[in-house]
Amino acid sequence: MTMSPAFKVTLRVLTGLALLVIYVPLLLVVLNSFNASQTFAWPPEDYTLEWWRKAVDSQGAKEAVVTSVQVALIASGISLVLGTMAAMALQRYRFFGRDTVSLLIILPIALPGIVTGIALNNAFRTVFGLDLGFLTIVVAHATFCIVTVFNNVLARLRRMGTNLEEASADLGASTFTTFRLVTFPMMRSALIAGGLLAFALSFDEIIVTTFTAGAQQQTLPIWIFNNLFRPNQAPVVNVVAVVLILLSVIPIWISQKLAGPTDGLAGR
Amino acid sequence: MSSPAPARNGAPAIAIRGLRKEFGSVVAVDEVDLDIANGEFFSMLGPSGSGKTTVLRMVAGFESPTAGTIELGGVDVTKDAPFSRDVNTVFQDYALFPHMTVAQNVEYGLRVKRVPRAERRTRAQEALERVQLGEYGARRPGQLSGGQRQRVALARALVNRPRVLLLDEPLGALDLKLRREMQVELKQLQRDLGITFLFVTHDQEEALTMSDRIAVFNQGRIEQVASPRDLYELPATPFVAGFVGTSNVLDGDAAIKLLGEPGTFSVRPEKIQLHLDASHVPTQHAVTAAGVVREVVYLGSATQSIVDLDHGGSLIVLRQNQQSSEEGDVAGRGAHVHLSWRREHTVPVTAG
Repeated sequence: MTMSPAFKVTLRVLTGLALLVIYVPLLLVVLNSFNASQTFAWPPEDYTLEWWRKAVDSQGAKEAVVTSVQVALIASGISLVLGTMAAMALQRYRFFGRDTVSLLIILPIALPGIVTGIALNNAFRTVFGLDLGFLTIVVAHATFCIVTVFNNVLARLRRMGTNLEEASADLGASTFTTFRLVTFPMMRSALIAGGLLAFALSFDEIIVTTFTAGAQQQTLPIWIFNNLFRPNQAPVVNVVAVVLILLSVIPIWISQKLAGPTDGLAGR
Repeated sequence: MSSPAPARNGAPAIAIRGLRKEFGSVVAVDEVDLDIANGEFFSMLGPSGSGKTTVLRMVAGFESPTAGTIELGGVDVTKDAPFSRDVNTVFQDYALFPHMTVAQNVEYGLRVKRVPRAERRTRAQEALERVQLGEYGARRPGQLSGGQRQRVALARALVNRPRVLLLDEPLGALDLKLRREMQVELKQLQRDLGITFLFVTHDQEEALTMSDRIAVFNQGRIEQVASPRDLYELPATPFVAGFVGTSNVLDGDAAIKLLGEPGTFSVRPEKIQLHLDASHVPTQHAVTAAGVVREVVYLGSATQSIVDLDHGGSLIVLRQNQQSSEEGDVAGRGAHVHLSWRREHTVPVTAG
């Protein structure tokens, strides 16, 4: 397609503006984590590593990071197992209500977090009689993390078709051997991509977490939220935010590399 | 499973009885009976959707029949899973495992049957050399050409020494020249190994070239099972006459006037001679027909003329271009001509 020069320029300017709006504030956070002024005077007059030192010493921040990583790892693990099984069942077998089940699995990612949060909060406390804490966060995160794994695996299985599995069976491999030697290796990069996306989703989740975390457990986003308005903690919050940016960007970047151009961010 | 178990005395390699397959309300295969002998090169020929591939997939075990039985070497395998049948398949799209090397692909069948590593290395290498790909073991399927992939698929199946090899349009994705070469190679391979080949194709020339016998499929049923020569010279139905070779059918008034009896008859284009003068008709040609040339098509080695008969209908005449082209063009469009052929070249075909 050929575009008129004016159209091309307009497109470039708009794209540039959009990127600026998104990334200038992020850059500001990164800069301010080194800004010597505690009130973030602009432009920064001097730079310091003091906030980073403080952050490293902050017990609350460290505990929050550990909790967040643990939650994200376990929720991703659960999602990998359940999401893969669901995708295989829905892609390889036809049964009554298949489309409905597929919709129900994807729905949690579309539902407003606040609805999911309230619903889970009620169910955990009243129906299951659970105390809110680590376990309830993990279960809550798994409900929407499954979707990324499910979508990635489903797309891969669809592209793969059943030919390779038939060829494997034809050559004498049992169903389990076929899964081990053919299906699983073919799905591996989709699983890694889905798992990393799930990790990233869980790691920065705040709404559902607020309703399912209870008083004892703090994930990193909740710790930030709680400390945001304490003036003497504000510089440390900037540092933690930078860490959070890095921890979110890396898995997304890797998963995009792995998924290739066709799958992309199919999970979102 | 590493070497074919001896077949029960005299049992055919494949015996199919009353085979039927329905997909929902569609009948894909309808009451098919077949006996395929040990060591036979047997082709299933038909247009797409005629049920030939479905029969193959049922023999392989990928589809389960709605009714009927399949026996391999006298043993009923109708309910067996694909991995417990002593057959191997060469797939239309080859279905090579992209995450394995060529050698790993070929070794796969031996690996899952727990053949010791050293033995499977040797056998895989032998199989690759047999298809002239001895140097390619370390490559990935993605780095091979279509023809090479086809050979790998063949090696991967043959390394298991199956009693029966199933081939699902294995040459369909190759260009014409390569396809011709592979046809000859496949036939040689089959003769050398003595394995039963069950070959699916929609290409009549391919089936005629390679097969010992051919089953012609149409709408889920078998129209005729015969040797290539019989299929061509003595087609049993108008469908076979039209699908194998060029359709040249006489019926209605033309049949009564020219042959003296009612019915449907087939005559092959190359059996018919075309003369400008009725007095040139050879005496042994009992059947003659007058007509007007409607179209002349130059085919290189031969010239094809379509002649509208005075008694109705039209016939295609094929003449080798033995003379120079100018002489061959004598009977141009619009010329009045006389066609003649031997009575025995008129084959009655029953409406299927």
